[in-house]
Amino acid sequence: MALLEVQNLQTHFRTPEGINRAVDGVSFHVDEGETLAIVGESGCGKSVTSMSLMRLIPEPPGKIAGSIRFQDKDLLQLSEHEMRAIRGNDISMIFQEPMTSLNPVLTVGRQIGETLRMHQGLDKQAALARAIEMLTLVGIPEPARRVREYPHQLSGGMRQRVMIAMALACNPKLLIADEPTTALDVTIQAQILRLMLDLKRRVGAAIVLITHDLGVVAEIAERVMVMYAGRKVEEAPVAELFRSPRHPYTQGLLGAVPKLGSSLSGAARRLAEIPGQVPSLKKRIDGCVFAGRCALATDLCREVAPGLEQKAPRHIVACHYAPRGAAAA
Amino acid sequence: MSAPLLQVNDLKKHFPVRGGLFSRKSNWVYAVDGVSFEVERGETLSLVGESGCGKSTVGRAILRLFDITAGQVVLDGQRIDGLSPRNLLGMRRRVQVVFQDPFSSLNPRMRVRDILAEPIRNFGLAKSSAELEARVLALMDTVRLPRDVLDRRPHEFSGGQRQRIGIARALAAEPELIVCDEAVSALDVSVKAQIVNLLQDLQREFGLALLFISHDLAIVEHMTHRVAVMYLGKIVEMAPKQTIFSAPKHPYTRALLSAVPVPEPGATRSPTVLKGDVPSPINPPSGCRFHTRCPFVFDRCRTEEPEFRLAGDGEWVACHLDALPELPGPPGDPRPVPPNSTPVE
Ligand SMILES: Nc1ncnc2c1ncn2[C@@H]1O[C@H](COP(=O)(O)OP(=O)(O)O)[C@@H](O)[C@H]1O
Ligand SMILES: Nc1ncnc2c1ncn2[C@@H]1O[C@H](COP(=O)(O)OP(=O)(O)O)[C@@H](O)[C@H]1O
Ligand SMILES: [Mg+2]
Ligand SMILES: [Mg+2]
Repeated sequence: MALLEVQNLQTHFRTPEGINRAVDGVSFHVDEGETLAIVGESGCGKSVTSMSLMRLIPEPPGKIAGSIRFQDKDLLQLSEHEMRAIRGNDISMIFQEPMTSLNPVLTVGRQIGETLRMHQGLDKQAALARAIEMLTLVGIPEPARRVREYPHQLSGGMRQRVMIAMALACNPKLLIADEPTTALDVTIQAQILRLMLDLKRRVGAAIVLITHDLGVVAEIAERVMVMYAGRKVEEAPVAELFRSPRHPYTQGLLGAVPKLGSSLSGAARRLAEIPGQVPSLKKRIDGCVFAGRCALATDLCREVAPGLEQKAPRHIVACHYAPRGAAAA
Repeated sequence: MSAPLLQVNDLKKHFPVRGGLFSRKSNWVYAVDGVSFEVERGETLSLVGESGCGKSTVGRAILRLFDITAGQVVLDGQRIDGLSPRNLLGMRRRVQVVFQDPFSSLNPRMRVRDILAEPIRNFGLAKSSAELEARVLALMDTVRLPRDVLDRRPHEFSGGQRQRIGIARALAAEPELIVCDEAVSALDVSVKAQIVNLLQDLQREFGLALLFISHDLAIVEHMTHRVAVMYLGKIVEMAPKQTIFSAPKHPYTRALLSAVPVPEPGATRSPTVLKGDVPSPINPPSGCRFHTRCPFVFDRCRTEEPEFRLAGDGEWVACHLDALPELPGPPGDPRPVPPNSTPVE
């Protein structure tokens, strides 16, 4: 049984220029303890997907449809009151910019403590003790002192740690991390990624990691879902996806990132370009969403949207021409 | 042999900061604190390092966006750090800049046509309005923008297209050196590849030199000739890319490189996870500035600043160690996390 089962998620926004189909019929699941990465370029609907899971989409102008089953409950059917009991408790979230979830006028201890008192009914004393314990866990030096400090007194890397401490304080079943290291230097990113892996091992939480960095994906994901223009275009276990990407968009993405060390031997290679840019989501696209940029597109692609099909074990692709069968070695 | 296009000698830039709200005593941010390097014609030198290490300040010093604290900036044999604004004009033409977010540097009310015409006019590069128009059109072709968007304004373009406009504006002045300050950092993967390829093509076509400031080490490796690694206002290592990426000589370079995640699942690597954050440039550590985070620190590092010395063919390094020791720990496990250990900052 999957921990999270998302079916035909559609999150649309009403805008002056028309309906923005930010997420347009996306289905996926996350198993217990699993790390699923969602990748894609900016504007493809990654954040809207994660905010939809948390039911944090402003309605209106937004509207969420489909179903989001989490531990046998459809989150979309819950009242706001019931949802509040889940947020920060069973499912918690960390963002790229920690200040969006840290309250600038509360000390670090109060913020972590508040969550614990609300969800776990701890008293003030116990909540503070647990807050210090969490800060220790995420590797913040002098936790007993830091717990009395305000977010602005901390460095970027430390704020990210505080946010992780807060997100994990109630031992969530599912952690949603939206570009958690994008704003950080690689050295701090390495610390945070290591921390997330280590904590996951201990707490056993499943992770939905949203990122545009394929290096980060390779480093910590088990399974990957590739999004393009509000739709899922490919999904596969991480090794399989990098070894044999089958959607032209995924192939394009992988060809466009240089790999450290790859330009040192042999002739300099040009980076593969994906021509053009992501289409507007405000116009209905009938055919394949990638057809406008795809070198292989035919009339069929421009007219008929390809369905998601299993092309190899656990490998799903939405492309009329994606090869079928096990990966060629 | 002719002089290098750009020579930077012991450049320093210190910014004053107020000690506190009521304190009269002012402190200094030692943003750039003694940096020397050269850039040859047609060459790409990249400046890398964690944020706050002084990369942009070096770039802005070269562009003469402020007066420097000490040192020399020499362009084609002529010192430009002390030039008066009037004498600076010619130099301004020869060194241009492309920023991370061209939007903030493009006037939102101007049409692309005028954005590109402005430098051509300012530097007197066209003799007639017909020639001006021809140059503007040629620039659009050069950066591969369609000519029919000339009358649009910056907000009507995507991030990648705006960056092309920013590059076209830089090229309009017919520069010899372009400072690219995180010029591709904010772009999406596929667009980033387009712009990187464009910059490389332009370099070949016009023999441009690039001072490429970036924190993206994979992109740097892909497009640079040489690399200078900065830490807290100083260059700790500078070498041709082949050497610096395959055999770094400074512990900081090695740590920085090993922290870059590789897009290759299951790749075995043993990152040197650096402890803590970069110390404050207001009060930089004594001796070697990296000593507070260095895995190989010994007594001398805490008191004596290592000299920036020649350590091989075109390789410069500032470290008391002659060779980097092997890393401790089994190389087989990419992420050794001992059970029940607390990760330390
Ligand atoms: N509150 C909102 N109102 C209207 N449109 C929105 C809102 N939030 C997001 N969108 C739109 O949804 C689309 C997907 O955005 P997002 O999920 O943030 O992309 P990303 O993949 O970069 O995280 C974008 O076109 C964005 O403009
Ligand atoms: N105008 C300024 N006034 C005071 N401090 C500054 C100013 N510009 C930069 N700094 C400081 O100088 C240091 C180097 O900054 P910068 O050159 O922007 O670093 P980088 O580009 O490597 O991230 C930082 O500590 C920064 O805060
Ligand atoms: Mg996002
Ligand atoms: Mg900078």
